[in-house]
Amino acid sequence: MSTIAAAPAAATTSAVLEVDRLHVEFSTEGGCVMAVKDVSFTLGRGEILALVGESGCGKSTVAMSIPRLLGDTRARIEGSIRLDGVDLATLSERQMRHVRGKDISVVFQEPMTSLNPAYTIGRQIVEVIRQHEKVKRSAAMRRAVELLALVGIPDARRRLSAFPHELSGGMRQRVMIAIAVACDPKVIIADEPTTALDVTIQAGVLDIFRRLRDTLGTAIVLITHDLGVVAEVADSVAVMYAGRVVEQCSTGEIFARPAHPYTRGLLGALPSRALMRGGRRRLADIAGVVPPPTVDPDECQFAPRCPRATAACVAARPPLAPFVPGHRVACIHAGGEETA
Amino acid sequence: MSVPTDGDEVPVLEVRGLVKHYSSGSRLTRDRRVVRAVDGIDLTIGRGEIVGLVGESGSGKSTVGKCVTRLTTPTAGTIRLLGRDITHLSRARMRPLRSQVHVVFQDPFSSLNPRMTVEQIVSEPLKQHGVGSRRDRESTVGEMLEKTGLARELRSRYPHELSGGQRQRVALARALVLRPALVVADEPVSALDVSVQASILNVILDLQADLGFSCLFITHELSVVEFISDRIAVMYLGKIMEETTRERLFREPQHPYTQALLSAAPSADPAAVRAQERIILSGDIPSPAAELPGCPFHTRCPVAVERCRTERPALTAKADPEHRTACHLVTADGAPDLQALARA
Repeated sequence: MSTIAAAPAAATTSAVLEVDRLHVEFSTEGGCVMAVKDVSFTLGRGEILALVGESGCGKSTVAMSIPRLLGDTRARIEGSIRLDGVDLATLSERQMRHVRGKDISVVFQEPMTSLNPAYTIGRQIVEVIRQHEKVKRSAAMRRAVELLALVGIPDARRRLSAFPHELSGGMRQRVMIAIAVACDPKVIIADEPTTALDVTIQAGVLDIFRRLRDTLGTAIVLITHDLGVVAEVADSVAVMYAGRVVEQCSTGEIFARPAHPYTRGLLGALPSRALMRGGRRRLADIAGVVPPPTVDPDECQFAPRCPRATAACVAARPPLAPFVPGHRVACIHAGGEETA
Repeated sequence: MSVPTDGDEVPVLEVRGLVKHYSSGSRLTRDRRVVRAVDGIDLTIGRGEIVGLVGESGSGKSTVGKCVTRLTTPTAGTIRLLGRDITHLSRARMRPLRSQVHVVFQDPFSSLNPRMTVEQIVSEPLKQHGVGSRRDRESTVGEMLEKTGLARELRSRYPHELSGGQRQRVALARALVLRPALVVADEPVSALDVSVQASILNVILDLQADLGFSCLFITHELSVVEFISDRIAVMYLGKIMEETTRERLFREPQHPYTQALLSAAPSADPAAVRAQERIILSGDIPSPAAELPGCPFHTRCPVAVERCRTERPALTAKADPEHRTACHLVTADGAPDLQALARA
């Protein structure tokens, strides 16, 4: 990490994934869209980092840029992404193909569209294993059965010959996770992995992530808009707003001492929070809308919606600076009394 | 504010033994199957009451909404709106009653006509029912937009110019402009971001306090249903498993399914998460096309006994008349505690 602020934390270099000053731009008809601006984080072995934010804040773009899934022609990417110290930008597309699925794998939100409908799930799992490892078909098949059992699919051997349409949404998502962990990846990127699932099924899928972290030491970047999911599984959190990380700390800290007004707004807007406060049933909403991604003025982008904004907020953009040790916030009014 | 029906007052909505079956499968292979979307439910909504209908996908909750608004004809059972049997009314006979029941759908992007302005959309129900002169309608629309928190200058805008939250406010204004007795809200905030969702939920509660309509609020999100409802019914595979007041349901859920559902819902409170033992259900929701004898939940229920597999439990009050549960294992003496079982 090159930021001075994070130097003490980064001194212990057990980091698997280091994202440093990531900047992603798309050129569209409507102008240049700056989807991700100056995002940095490190992910240790066996750590689950949650990227949280509302729609359009750039969290999925971060996810897609890590395994270099954004086409070079569409997107302009700056900054570095290092996996075990190797800068992924320096690898050729051919080398990158060995990284994807082996070292970094991705679980997408839509389990309906990310499996090939024409092949059995056994074939799709075996394909990934044999792509990356020199094993016999029969050995890969045995491995596939183990993987399906690992993600809690009953009667795994029979399920190998099932086609995706024969499985329920929850099962398909578990198959996706089985494919993602097939080659013991160092990092899993999970982009809204449970959003399309029912809560009782979601609980099971989150449990699998927790088990993978604990048993295999897999590091996971979990992208979600659901703060409940964050509280359930994440070790640390980065809250994104308008393409930037505005607050970053441990999961316990973010719920105990949210410092950025946006984070506080998100927490206050949760229907469960209204009941805890008692009195009249009412939720705290955040007025206004997210600014368009085509502009990037040198000011706090949350200021127009912020209850605590002052002239200083629009004079210069507040940097992501330490608030207390291990807790960084991009706000000049960070902390203080919780405003109602 | 919201006392469920007393003997002398006619409930706004009274549903008895509602059944809706769809047929599916291929006509060619004669492999016809009956999907039991709603399989015999009773539901009563009193004046000014917000009843939450919560369930996972495929539980039949949206079909209930479609039946009570008569967007579809039920297979069996009766639906009474303000005391009048509407179960088999023709479209023409139903039309005058449409001023009493309105729907707000989940997707504000497809439920508003893209070629109409906000003003036209909101005044459409008034026009259809021939309410007031043009000038009256204009002022009613203005008043309704104000109540839903939409700025005056949005009147001449088209839906595509609005944000998701604004569109849902327009949908609310349209649903309420005729002052209906009942509003059916089918997942009205599920497509919205949490901060926008909060403002829409606030508006719904404010409007309810202001206009006094009754509401059937259909959702899969427990925290939303807990926030908005006076009373809650939990659905699973076309049947109501448990029904009681909001406080009771969240304080002492009786049905094993409700307990599992509440336990599975992620809570944005790490301390509470670590303190409780999670109940993880095995297996998936069975297909509603399969004919299951006994309790619909027995295939996933960790405490199911032989009786659950053969005999279908009725939704009855056990100890408290306000708390009805469809489970053989819940008795006047108590209910199975899945939390304790998970800890053991």
